[in-house]
Amino acid sequence: MIRLIEDLHIQFVCRIMVPLIQFFALYVIAHGHYSPGGGFQGGCILGASFILMMIAYDIEYVKKRFPEKFNTFMVAFGVFLYAAIGALCLILGAEYLNYGILHKILPADPVKVRALGTLGIEIGVGITVSAVMLSIFLNLSTFGKHEKSEV
Amino acid sequence: MNLSEHSSILIVVVPLIASFLNVFIGLWRRSLCYPLFLLALVICGFLSIDLIQNIINNGTIRYKLGGWMPPWGIEYVVDHLNAYVILIVSFISLLVAIYSKRSLEKELEESKLPYFYSTYLLLVTGLLGITVTGDIFNLFVFLEIASLAGYALIAIGENRSVLASFNYIIMGTIGACFYLLGVGYIYIITGSLNMLDIAQLLPKLYESKVTLAAFAFLVVGVAIKIALFPLHRWLPDAYTYAPSAVSVLASATMTKVGIYVLIRISFTIFEPNFSKDIIPAGTILVWWSTIAIIFGSILALGQIDFKRTLSYILIAEVGYMVLGVNLGNKEGFIGAVLHILNDALMIACLFMVTGGIYYYLKSRNIEDFVGLNKKMPLSMASFSIVALSMIGIPPTAGFFSKWYLIIGAIKAEQWIAVIALLFSSLVNAIIFFRILEKIYFKKGNSTKDINVKEVPVSMLIPILILATSVILVGLFSGKIISSIIQFTVPGGF
Repeated sequence: MIRLIEDLHIQFVCRIMVPLIQFFALYVIAHGHYSPGGGFQGGCILGASFILMMIAYDIEYVKKRFPEKFNTFMVAFGVFLYAAIGALCLILGAEYLNYGILHKILPADPVKVRALGTLGIEIGVGITVSAVMLSIFLNLSTFGKHEKSEV
Repeated sequence: MNLSEHSSILIVVVPLIASFLNVFIGLWRRSLCYPLFLLALVICGFLSIDLIQNIINNGTIRYKLGGWMPPWGIEYVVDHLNAYVILIVSFISLLVAIYSKRSLEKELEESKLPYFYSTYLLLVTGLLGITVTGDIFNLFVFLEIASLAGYALIAIGENRSVLASFNYIIMGTIGACFYLLGVGYIYIITGSLNMLDIAQLLPKLYESKVTLAAFAFLVVGVAIKIALFPLHRWLPDAYTYAPSAVSVLASATMTKVGIYVLIRISFTIFEPNFSKDIIPAGTILVWWSTIAIIFGSILALGQIDFKRTLSYILIAEVGYMVLGVNLGNKEGFIGAVLHILNDALMIACLFMVTGGIYYYLKSRNIEDFVGLNKKMPLSMASFSIVALSMIGIPPTAGFFSKWYLIIGAIKAEQWIAVIALLFSSLVNAIIFFRILEKIYFKKGNSTKDINVKEVPVSMLIPILILATSVILVGLFSGKIISSIIQFTVPGGF
């Protein structure tokens, strides 16, 4: 059970930290195929920023910005993005996940398109991982009830 | 896009995408979930038929995922054995999907149904993925998808299902870790993950200790997943307390796919003579499975809850298949592969009938089955056919696979195994005749004055289809062996 404790220091630090953490998360996702990182790691960091908000403020506070239904949608949407990009290659006539073929619909040469395809998939993985992190934390901290915490 | 060229990947992608679409649609219109769910499985069924026809006509299909050349990229390889298991998995999962509609209405809250359907589809994705892939690490990924979906599905059952599922998670994770360690060792010494590539690289390294450790880890990991005797503790609880539909699907498909993985490890990744000559793994597994047969049969005899009886029978049946695979001759192997099909049909039908009885009676106690033949005549007729098949009476499917297994055991001169097989048939006869006597002949009406009647049509049809196919598979077993199974026998037998 997470109770609301109005602590100015924690909330102030959190307010500064959360945007930085989220920005770094996006960097890790986007830069994943040139340096260590990628969708999973970036997604974890993104999810952690929401969890920090839950700890510093309240579950309700985060739920207002990130409704539960939306979170459920995001859990499925990320992986769906992954599978759909793969299936798009299939429809365009190449093998599953052969992103090179996406140059038929994107204005770039096959080599660049292959990198872009990987980025699309990393974004999908990142969305799912961050949403799953949030949903695991929500389930554990409220004993699966997802209710308003007792303030 | 040429459809049949891509059917080996589509059979994984279709249930995967449908499973996420189900979540989206569940948030919008809950009533559309079931049709989508069913549609995905029907497509899988058609794809699997297309696949097996393609293989009978043209031989092995190889598919390069992402256009990367094997052994660097992931390759999907489908031969006779894969196509055969894929057909079983997609056929059973479609029938269970039809069956699940009404049985879930009583066992699950309506708001959770979309999530149930998408988890179910993920389980099917995992099982089909394990069978199509030709890459040992990709196999691990699909094994985990299937297992995680399985844990979730089992945990939504009765009260005690959560604990059962937790035990299963612990055991299943250890199994998966062992498998992964085996894969790691193989990757260390060969530098490859492609099954066919490894098969070429490994023979020079058979004397290495690392190879032996890899083989041991792979086999023990899979043995936990298929609940082979001393590692079976998770299975009875998990399958007893799971919702009826989940018990049917899990019992009929998950262990069979595990046997498939065992066959791939012993005969594709490693050469058949590795487990015969270099280490006596074949002999050890024969003894191991002989004990499983005897032990499973004896424990099945002592149960009151019929679902639990079936779970222990399933442990004995797993013993049958592992025994046949490791006997090291053609007859035993054919018997084991034929038994994958027979056992899937029989166990699925029996679990479905049990779920049907539970639907109105709210009990699975064998003592409460008295006089059910008057109230549910068609279900009970199907039950009798399958019971005869479990015992091994000639025109039914069960006879033929047992016949091959016994011939194989005699040829391999494993006399204890022969005795175990006969003993298990006798025990099955006792179990099922005792129940049939209660259903058909025992006087008195102990059905607790509850309004028991024939199960709804959508639950009855799958039961009838399975009971009919038990007879048909028996009658056409020669054809099945000559057109599919004989090509699955590894070279050197």
